[in-house]
Amino acid sequence: MSDNYRNRSIIIRYVYIIAVVLLIVRLATIQLFNSKYAQLGDAQALRNVTLYPSRGYIYDRNENLIVYNEAVFDLMIVPNETLRYIGDGKYEEMNDTALLCRKLGISNEEYNERYKKACNYSHVAASIFMSQIPSEEYASWQGDLHKFKGFYVMRRTLRSYTKPVGAHLLGYVGEVSQKDMEADSYYKMGDYKGLSGLELYYEKQLRGIKGKQVMHVDVHSRTIGPYKNGMLDSVPVEGSNLYTSIDLDLQEYVEKLMANKRGAVVAIEPATGEVLAMMSAPTYDPNLLVGRKFSENYSRLHRDINKPLFNRAVLGTYPPGSTFKVAQALTALQLGVIGPGFGAVCTKNPVGCHNHPSAMSVQEGIKMSCNPYFYQVYRRVILQGKYHNEHEDSKYGLMLWHDYMLRFGFGQRLDIDLPSVMKGSIPDSSTYNYWYKNSWSFSNFYSNSIGQGEVLLVPLQMANLACCVANRGYYITPHIVRFLGNDSVKYRYPKYCEKHEVGIDKKYFDIAVAGMYDVVHTAGGTARKARVEGLDICGKTGTAENKANGIKRSDHSAFIAFAPRDNPKIALVVYVENAAGGGGSWAAPIAGLIIEKYLTGKVSRPEFESMYMNINPCQPVLPPKK
Amino acid sequence: MRTTVEYKKIDYTTIVLYAAIVIFGWVNIYAACYNESHSAVFDFGVQHGRQLIWVFIAAFFALFIMFIEPRHISNLSYLIYGIAVFLLVLTLAVGKATNGGLSWIEVGSVKIQPSEFSKFATALALAKLVSGHDFDIKKKRSWWFIALLIGLPVGLIFLQHDVGSALVFLAFLIPFYRFGLTPLVFTVGIAAVVLFILSIAVTTKFWLIFALLVLIVLYLFVWIGRPTLKHYIYALVVFVGCTAFVISVDYMFGLLEEHQQNRVLVMLDPAHDPRGVGYNVTQSKIAIGSGGFSGKGFLRGTLTKANFVPEQETDFIFCTVGEEWGFVGGALLLLAYLWLLYRLVTMAERQASVFGKFYGYSVSAILFFHLVVNIGMVLGWMPVIGIPLPFFSYGGSSLLAFTVLLFIFIRQDASSTSLF
Repeated sequence: MSDNYRNRSIIIRYVYIIAVVLLIVRLATIQLFNSKYAQLGDAQALRNVTLYPSRGYIYDRNENLIVYNEAVFDLMIVPNETLRYIGDGKYEEMNDTALLCRKLGISNEEYNERYKKACNYSHVAASIFMSQIPSEEYASWQGDLHKFKGFYVMRRTLRSYTKPVGAHLLGYVGEVSQKDMEADSYYKMGDYKGLSGLELYYEKQLRGIKGKQVMHVDVHSRTIGPYKNGMLDSVPVEGSNLYTSIDLDLQEYVEKLMANKRGAVVAIEPATGEVLAMMSAPTYDPNLLVGRKFSENYSRLHRDINKPLFNRAVLGTYPPGSTFKVAQALTALQLGVIGPGFGAVCTKNPVGCHNHPSAMSVQEGIKMSCNPYFYQVYRRVILQGKYHNEHEDSKYGLMLWHDYMLRFGFGQRLDIDLPSVMKGSIPDSSTYNYWYKNSWSFSNFYSNSIGQGEVLLVPLQMANLACCVANRGYYITPHIVRFLGNDSVKYRYPKYCEKHEVGIDKKYFDIAVAGMYDVVHTAGGTARKARVEGLDICGKTGTAENKANGIKRSDHSAFIAFAPRDNPKIALVVYVENAAGGGGSWAAPIAGLIIEKYLTGKVSRPEFESMYMNINPCQPVLPPKK
Repeated sequence: MRTTVEYKKIDYTTIVLYAAIVIFGWVNIYAACYNESHSAVFDFGVQHGRQLIWVFIAAFFALFIMFIEPRHISNLSYLIYGIAVFLLVLTLAVGKATNGGLSWIEVGSVKIQPSEFSKFATALALAKLVSGHDFDIKKKRSWWFIALLIGLPVGLIFLQHDVGSALVFLAFLIPFYRFGLTPLVFTVGIAAVVLFILSIAVTTKFWLIFALLVLIVLYLFVWIGRPTLKHYIYALVVFVGCTAFVISVDYMFGLLEEHQQNRVLVMLDPAHDPRGVGYNVTQSKIAIGSGGFSGKGFLRGTLTKANFVPEQETDFIFCTVGEEWGFVGGALLLLAYLWLLYRLVTMAERQASVFGKFYGYSVSAILFFHLVVNIGMVLGWMPVIGIPLPFFSYGGSSLLAFTVLLFIFIRQDASSTSLF
């Protein structure tokens, strides 16, 4: 046979070579140059089982437990595993559903509804059939669980409280949002995290580190076994405990006293800056924001016009009223614009006053809380005569004053270990420039002198003022947590050991302390109701005018105090909203009771106590504007 | 005349390549079916155990063929062809339906797939026809015979709804090409396939036709330069033909069954029908892609082990290779196939007889077609046509038929007078 086509043998060989080379190139693009496939592969064949660490506990200053975890159980269902194949493409239910309904305390219709919901999610993958079953309830039918094919339980933990107190400072825990998951890849759908208070501030320490177990699953999501013999697995690391400075008994007592009122109490150990008690009234039982009833309770609390979810102690900005006068006297003495013997006649002008003899010294000024006296003091601070132009002179004085106010911790966020804190307001020249266009002077803002006008503080700052005086010249940033860690290792933040000097001599503080002692103890003092037999309580009242929606409301009743006079153990503020009668009539007696309880451990005047505990002096809040 | 096997002339390279592929194939079937409860190699209740039996049967047949006088095989070609066609007819009569096709005959507990055996039977018959002294590829009469020999099994296989196996007969274009078939067939064929796919892929046919017109005008005035009347007529015929083809594609596509249409659409866009036909291809690519460069290791494939890839021990067996042995394993396997194909062409070229040469090219062409379509499908380049990877996929009929196909040629080669 003549062969004219021998060269075609070469062509065929080339075709074979090119085809196979192209397949190898295609193989390389899939296997070597495209990580998408590898990731998709892992995602569907491996299932990461998360091992949740126990969330850290929270203790009080005497290591009494406040917050702990309680196990609850989610009943899980895999719908297909509840069925048995009976041939001919048909399935039958294997479980005694009537028994299961009885055990769970649900009706047959509810069972079917939940079953349908699970099927809508997936027939082969597990989903929650009933969530957060309390452990006692679970224990009652745990023994029967094996009878129900396709059901199993998953353990979760919920926060639990030894006493229903401290809601605002402890905060609450809830499910993470989409935003949380985007911000921190640690969180996965359905995880819990702290959403407010200490739970949020110390979230990273409390939550611990999740462990994981990598399981190999098949196409039906059934577990085949541990992947790589558990080589990639990790054990969970438990969260740190919080050892707080809260005195649980005191906290409970404060909450009892403030029940049915509106306002805030902050009590601090002045030498250390440790918060002993902090409450915002009205408050709520922290158990309400746990578990199955969370959303229902949350929305109810959220709608309440008394704002029980709002932590007034650090977020409520109030005019401090006359409590502010202590800081004014100290500033003026340090600046040298008045001497300890500075006197002023009470003219009830240009600021009004109550009836009292004229104050002839700083000590008397504080004791009687004379408004015109502090008008004169403030005038000397602001108008020092450095400039002939009154505006320039006011500007100079205001700047100096503003600087001193900041040293007390006013007008700035105190770095307490809570997630959100307001800074209040201490006006400076930009405030008045904005309003009066460079043509303002002392006459525009003299009401600052008596803690009104543009001055606003949060109760925490008022308590901090009491600390500054108690310490005669410094404060330590208030904080709630003393130590973090566990039984074997504890650590603390260095920022909560630093002293912040106010920069005012101790001798001036002694004068202020003497005045504050007289407020409680001598005739003509404004807070005689704070007096407790045998305790040398020093304090200063405040009666703050205020408006809501442009309508004048009853005065707020404020009182700052510390005790004992030497080596004070407690400094505090009591602030009661819209309580007619002034600082001496409500805040002062409540403060006296708190101090007595803390220093002596008992209450010597039960009738006095029950009166202030049971009466609600607060004018009701205005309904929200339509 | 009676010849014995001339051991020195047996092409051992081919046998070693064959054995290597078969063994590696079985290892991967074992891996694809492996789980802790079925780890025994000789468990005949599972696929890898049954495949092991088929490996021994195939080896026995291979050995048996080595002792047959090649002359007898050549003489029996038409008879073998006849038996194969008979079996196909029998399948239609008593066959078992699987996967929407009727391609199995059950003999006791053993299922055989006659379409697999029809490939080498047809190869033998065609080789016999071409080697006849009155055969001339340029005569029309010869083409009637060829069409009959190919058309009969293809028609019967089509009736079994086994489109993949029927398409395999396209592989015979390669030996015919070697024997003088005009390459125009390939040009027209490739052009038709490209036009077909383009017509389905584009939404407005107008632009496709417009592009064709531009191409033809360019051809006339740029390529030819000064076209004659004959060129114009050719150009017009081609243009009208193509336009008619493009317009009728929708109609032709409609003739396909829905699952076949889906397979074509999935090839064009894997996202089409991701849970149905697209699922196989996507899962297959994921499994292979997850193997990376060096693979996850023997029995460590997470996806194949978890049954994510359907048909993973038969048509999609290459996924296991890709996942567990990685690019290294996959590429080496493809190179082994290439070596075998190349070797077969060399062997075919050294055949003194037309029968041997044609049969040799047929063997290489059938293996080549299977390789390209199967791997192309697994890698997402070809529509999902269910044809096995030769010597490798699970399935007794396919392993035995390919073994017989190959060893008839090895035997033929061993007694042929070398041209070199």
